[in-house]
Amino acid sequence: MSTTPSVNRRRPEPVQQIKQRRDMALNALVQGVPYIQFLGVEFDRRGDELTAILRFDDKLIGNPILPALHGGAIGAFLEITAIIELSWSLLWKDMETGVLDLSTLEAGNLPRLPKTIDFTVDYLRSGLPRDAYARARVARSGRRYASVNVEAWQDNRTRLFAQANGHFLMPEKAE
Amino acid sequence: MVAVDKSKIARQFVEAIPHAVALGMRFIDLGDGEAEMTMPYDTRFIGDPKTGVLHGGAVSTLMDTCCGAAVISHPACASGTATIDLRIDYMRPATPGQALSTRAVCYRVTRSVAFVRATAFDDDKSRPVATATGAFTVEGRVS
Repeated sequence: MSTTPSVNRRRPEPVQQIKQRRDMALNALVQGVPYIQFLGVEFDRRGDELTAILRFDDKLIGNPILPALHGGAIGAFLEITAIIELSWSLLWKDMETGVLDLSTLEAGNLPRLPKTIDFTVDYLRSGLPRDAYARARVARSGRRYASVNVEAWQDNRTRLFAQANGHFLMPEKAE
Repeated sequence: MVAVDKSKIARQFVEAIPHAVALGMRFIDLGDGEAEMTMPYDTRFIGDPKTGVLHGGAVSTLMDTCCGAAVISHPACASGTATIDLRIDYMRPATPGQALSTRAVCYRVTRSVAFVRATAFDDDKSRPVATATGAFTVEGRVS
């Protein structure tokens, strides 16, 4: 490891510039989808790692007696997490190299989203009436198809309450 | 007689679920392990802002609810149910502006598991929007 500055190396971008660009791109992606807003799903970003957060709300209840979150709301939360993770991974390179014009993205001109082919949810425990978290991992991202895994938890990261696996049709590359 | 009361109770139970109410879900038909439900088109449920197509999550929520209702209405099930797993296959985007309807059939109930299939349509009843296959818990079996 040498600390001598290389002549060929470009100076790193200012930290605020990087943060602003990434947050702007992520916000445009998430806030452009009405159903994500309807459910109240937010995304927390650390570098390129995303954590989805489902804020608890009474309208998410599926069993008022227990009470427990609706299985459909949980499934939708996981599908949203998978689609955003996949879109984010597709966006990342263009965003970082400046190919992507952020002003058009902010104006609501979003990139085409991947389409869900199939989605399978395992319900491991009932969803408690509190916030839930999820992270997705792109297992394979090809030219036409992608496979994504999602894990969701509430209190303990290792105690999953739901997991899912889905296949997606990639958006056509804009010419 | 018992079956009529049972489906009436199941219908009231499902129609009171907060998340089903939030999505505007209504029954078309319910009884003996079969359920048919509908959900109106709503711009808040859009998943692709460019086309106005419903989010897959909204489609799967309708199907999950309808499958659960089919289980509750089955003569062999005594009380509520929970989803063990649910797989949704999306055949085509639902046409924007059209209501979505789903028919679910609980085709087999064992001591602890109920197996369900469902199909979702928009106005075009010849081409399904999505199909679902799921396993649900049996909370207490009528022997």
